Amino acid sequence: MSNRLRSLALGLVGATALATPAFAVDLDITCRCVIGGVNSATAEWLEESVIPAFEAANPDISVTLNQFGGEDAQLTQQLALDFSTGAGPDITGFDGFLIPSFAEGGLLKSLDELVGDDYANWEGWEHISPGIRSILSYEGETYGVGLGTDVRMLFVRTDLLDQAGIDAASWQPSSWDDVLDAARKLKESGVEAPFQLNAGVAMGEATTMQGYWMALLGTGEGVTDAEGKYIVESKGILDTLDLYKTVYVDEGLGDQRAQLLADGRNRSFANFRDGKTAMLVEGDWFYRAVTSPGAEFEVADRDNVMDWKKMPAQEPGAGWNGQDFVSVSGGTGYVINPNTDSPQEAWQFLAFMMSQEQMTAFQDYQPGIRSRSDVPIPDSPFLTETSQALLPLTTARPNDANYNSVSQEIQRMTEAVVSGELSPEEAMAQYKSAVIAIVGEENTVSLL
Amino acid sequence: MTTETIQTSPRRKGRNFALLSSRAGAAFLTPAGILVSLFVIVPFFWVIFVSFTNRTLLGRTALNPEFVGLANYLALFDPATFFQRGQFGFSLILTTQFVLASALIGQALLGLLLAWLIQTVPPTVKRITETFVIAAWILPEVVIGFAWFAFLDRDAGTLNMILTSIGFPPGDYLLDSPFWVIVVFNTWRGAAFSMMLFNSAFSSIPPSYFQAADVAGASSWQKFRDIGLPLIRGHIVTDLILITMWTFNTFTPFLLTNGGPSYRTELVSIYNYRVAFQDFQFGKGAAVGVIMMLINLAFALVYLSIGRKKKAPKT
Repeated sequence: MSNRLRSLALGLVGATALATPAFAVDLDITCRCVIGGVNSATAEWLEESVIPAFEAANPDISVTLNQFGGEDAQLTQQLALDFSTGAGPDITGFDGFLIPSFAEGGLLKSLDELVGDDYANWEGWEHISPGIRSILSYEGETYGVGLGTDVRMLFVRTDLLDQAGIDAASWQPSSWDDVLDAARKLKESGVEAPFQLNAGVAMGEATTMQGYWMALLGTGEGVTDAEGKYIVESKGILDTLDLYKTVYVDEGLGDQRAQLLADGRNRSFANFRDGKTAMLVEGDWFYRAVTSPGAEFEVADRDNVMDWKKMPAQEPGAGWNGQDFVSVSGGTGYVINPNTDSPQEAWQFLAFMMSQEQMTAFQDYQPGIRSRSDVPIPDSPFLTETSQALLPLTTARPNDANYNSVSQEIQRMTEAVVSGELSPEEAMAQYKSAVIAIVGEENTVSLL
Repeated sequence: MTTETIQTSPRRKGRNFALLSSRAGAAFLTPAGILVSLFVIVPFFWVIFVSFTNRTLLGRTALNPEFVGLANYLALFDPATFFQRGQFGFSLILTTQFVLASALIGQALLGLLLAWLIQTVPPTVKRITETFVIAAWILPEVVIGFAWFAFLDRDAGTLNMILTSIGFPPGDYLLDSPFWVIVVFNTWRGAAFSMMLFNSAFSSIPPSYFQAADVAGASSWQKFRDIGLPLIRGHIVTDLILITMWTFNTFTPFLLTNGGPSYRTELVSIYNYRVAFQDFQFGKGAAVGVIMMLINLAFALVYLSIGRKKKAPKT
């Protein structure tokens, strides 16, 4: 090697060494959050509060945030493939309903196995209720730390309701018919797609949780029966699918395109923002993040034009558990990659992130119902009212490894009806054979 | 693949001219051989093996997959569900229609037409046409996919802007006629290959043939039918088989439609992706992959046998 080449090589080595400061440990954290985009507040909180404070306290650990801008289902896909090949971030945001299927597939390790004593002795557990802890648990093992829980409801545009001659302040639908009547009046008054109930494959889990489940609970049924068997044929399923058919196919009360196109969920948000939709079934995240000031789908003058109502059962008293109104809850949190090189440091960061101090700081970015009882609920009428009214009514998804696959079949079943391709009976028959193929006939039940 | 196979025999005869001893040659081949077997042959048999199991990525069967024999294949060809939307048979039929419409009729016919037309135009026009058509072929797929998505969008798409500005009603193409969208897309995308192939084929015909036809007073159509077409028959067969294979395996329409709405554009390749990487059913996905491999093998065999027939008289 000539002298010149040698000095060039040495220089390159030197420059590379200078460019990467010598941290003892580098950690990566991924969430479906992008500053200025989806879940912006979470990304800002991590970038501005959690990571700087953690790095200041632990100078030998460096943390990098990967902002994932795709859909929930795409992140699930990436994590599943990453975790199965030993790749992926050290810590990642995670939806609780995926824990069983990941854990059964060997793609997650329990914190007990991965971290051990530090996890068991964490001060935070005293302040996290068993219910919240169970969101990221499966068969007695804890796989992650929850950030909080949520509830689902009917969001309305009061300005549009008033315009259509419905007194928005006092209006509370007590049956599906009330909702449909209001939708018809709104349609007459010129609102393009008055009522949106999520359906279809493109929306992924949002279809199951924010659409199908909210209607199905109104018929008094759940996705599984009391013994945990999947219901594959029932009047409740048919009534729910008929409701979809009425809204999207027969009467055109909702925006069918938003349910069928690839970017449908954002379309439904945009419709609500632009006053093309007056009633939308969504989780409280819709209020806390999607429509909040500064967000992409910010509703102008939100406190005057937007309100929420309890989602009614099909008929008063006909809902799940004999209730008049229904809701369903989920929860998200953070898990540690089972293949991480530094499980202890990853846990150190996760515990720091979920400390009372950082969780309280998060309330400034995005107020919400936090998993820790020692983090005060901010003075937000919306959160106080919805949690008081809906938490007592709510239910949760089955903690079952097959749930994820069944949920995809639910999305397909609703899409078949909403697109007008199949009748409710045909769609249910397809759902039945698909679910039997997934869970086995002995784990299903027919109520017809 | 084809040329190698065809050239095997002459090479063997020319062993005397080899630069290396056969042992040294083998030694040099070994690394490549190991890589090929590691990354091509092992996965090939691995996929066949997985297709006989109920392996998934998530859930119980991820850690403890069971040998299920032909169950995956039987499920794919289950007559009760075969033709249902979102099932294997549905996407197979859809793919056949797609190949017929976009590859055989679209790409080949359009390519042939373009190639014939640019034989007679001035060289500048010919070069401009070629540039445009080839640009459609060489641009990266992701760029093309998103450009078309933006072009076709109902609310802010360029196509509807043009249509409404000249007084036509706007259309919702991606939702109302997604199949025809991907047919037009694939035609547009792939016509370049056929055009180039036929262009060089037409150029190889001695001009005197056409001049003689001109003297005899033949029309353009007669020249095309009686001189052009018969002389490029071999090229047409090559073209048809290649674009059939490519179109059969293409995945790009996924960027436009995600296989939807309601499975109406779920080609076999997209179906395979969905089953394996969205539903995480590796066993079933592998079975689809094996069937696709067999279909491709059939195409390749047809192509090879035709290739051999074509070369035979020359050697």
